[in-house]
Amino acid sequence: MSNNDDLTSDAIRHLASLTRISMSDDEVEKMRDEMSNILDNIAVLNEIDTDSVEPTGHSVDLKSVLRDDVSGDSLSTEDVLMNAPNSDEDLIKIKPVFE
Amino acid sequence: MNNKYETVIGLEVHSQLLTNSKMFCGCGSDYQKAEPNSRVCPVCMGMPGVLPVVNRKAVELIIKTGLAIGCSINGETKFDRKNYSYPDLMKGYQISQFDLPVAINGNLNISLNGNEKTIGVTRVHLEEDVARLIHKNEPNGTSHSLIDINRAGVPLMEIVSEPDMRSPEEANEYLIQLHSIVRSIKASTANMEEGSFRCDANISMRLKGTTELGTKVEIKNVNSFRSVFRALQFEQNRQINLLEIGEQIIQETRGWSDESEKTVSQRIKEFAADYRYFPEPDLPPIIISKQWVDQIKSTITELPAEKIQRFIKSFQLSEYDSSLLISNDIIATFFEDTVNECKNLGLNYESSAKTCANLLNVDLSRILNEKQLQISDLNTDYGDFSILIKMISEDTLNSTMAKTVFENMLLLGKSPIEIADNLGLTQISDTDSLEQIISEILSQNSPAVQDYLEGKETAIRFLIGQVMKETKGKANPKIATEIIISQIKKS
Repeated sequence: MSNNDDLTSDAIRHLASLTRISMSDDEVEKMRDEMSNILDNIAVLNEIDTDSVEPTGHSVDLKSVLRDDVSGDSLSTEDVLMNAPNSDEDLIKIKPVFE
Repeated sequence: MNNKYETVIGLEVHSQLLTNSKMFCGCGSDYQKAEPNSRVCPVCMGMPGVLPVVNRKAVELIIKTGLAIGCSINGETKFDRKNYSYPDLMKGYQISQFDLPVAINGNLNISLNGNEKTIGVTRVHLEEDVARLIHKNEPNGTSHSLIDINRAGVPLMEIVSEPDMRSPEEANEYLIQLHSIVRSIKASTANMEEGSFRCDANISMRLKGTTELGTKVEIKNVNSFRSVFRALQFEQNRQINLLEIGEQIIQETRGWSDESEKTVSQRIKEFAADYRYFPEPDLPPIIISKQWVDQIKSTITELPAEKIQRFIKSFQLSEYDSSLLISNDIIATFFEDTVNECKNLGLNYESSAKTCANLLNVDLSRILNEKQLQISDLNTDYGDFSILIKMISEDTLNSTMAKTVFENMLLLGKSPIEIADNLGLTQISDTDSLEQIISEILSQNSPAVQDYLEGKETAIRFLIGQVMKETKGKANPKIATEIIISQIKKS
């Protein structure tokens, strides 16, 4: 069992619904344990004093990577549809969004 | 409307940026005219391991938009992931901007019934459009959805207003102004029917004199100015009626139905706005230098509001005529070129401008509607058009003839002189030939002449009718009337 008590089963269910994954109660508990462990490991980072460090989303000091507005080749429609579970002519076919 | 309440409206406008390629990859952004799923690559499909790279032009166009609506441009901007799962989103997140949008704190002036008002613009940020979903119901009762990924990754800007509008009329005016600015600086085609300019509206009611905001309802993806206006009007009344019978407004998203002219609750499961934004690790921040901003600023020439004022001043046109003319760049330029050419031809500047504005605002739009054409389908040049104005001002053509010649010019691309000749449309202003025709008509219609002499002014109209019949409508009515009166008086 993990020491991280903040992560509740309800939080796991909430995350699962946001990502549209259906989970059984057993799976929820298993995921809660695993994620708690991960969070515990990451919590080690909290020991570092970052008061005087600016927040960043990047580990390298890269800025302003831009490209020119030139259009080039795209994949063939055949390739685009290759990984689709189902298709209808040139369109990808999925379960209805509005039930 | 019940005047106990005050309406509070804020608008979120999404407008696609006018670039050749997509926001983060080199796929063409011309998805409107492309076959489904033909503008797609691993980047816009959200394949693992790909690396998006920001389109410089998209950043420039959004800076330009920000400047045109008085925003401050942030010196550093960054992208964030907005996480949600929906089949129109290839990656499971949309690359958007959270806390450091490109432009902030702008404003837009609107004028309604002569009253000026400033509407605040909270922010303008950059993001990517999503794929297009098509919902299909089969005759056997089953249904499915279809995905066309072409639109996914097309550069999109979101322009968020402050909740500063107090009526559907103000919201409509804001939308018209914003649309006209975005088009005039060529940041977007801003075509509402094609979905390159879309509006979500937030509306709530509160008791007059209070400052706290009421529960808001969001009306999503309405695709015409008229529908936005009607949806807001409907929603305003719906909310007041609920409040009046003591009911609560439910915070929700509603859709507008053009058929039933109603907003309807959209019963899709809400994501409870839990987007778990975090900085996009694949895209480094962008530094926007003052130099870059200044350079973009120098490309903004004249904004619509300034252009309307210039047209009113230099051409002595009404505000209505001016705003109609400037609403289309091609027409505005054509108008200016024509009037300047008329001046070169020695014509009166203001009266040529008025004639020209009438033909363009009234007749041109009628012809385009009737023939189902676009401006770009027409062939004529301002040189020919200024000759038409000259023929009108010299009474070679009366107004009916002018309309016919104008229509033929637009459709055939020939000169007005050639068309008038071919159709036999030239007004007879030559007094000698008119004198002769009129003298014969007067002698054949002595009762009418007698009526006129006895004070029946209307008899003149009958005589003019006879002249028109004789000349197949080509006589200049003004000159003909003068000749008729002078001949009767002499007799």
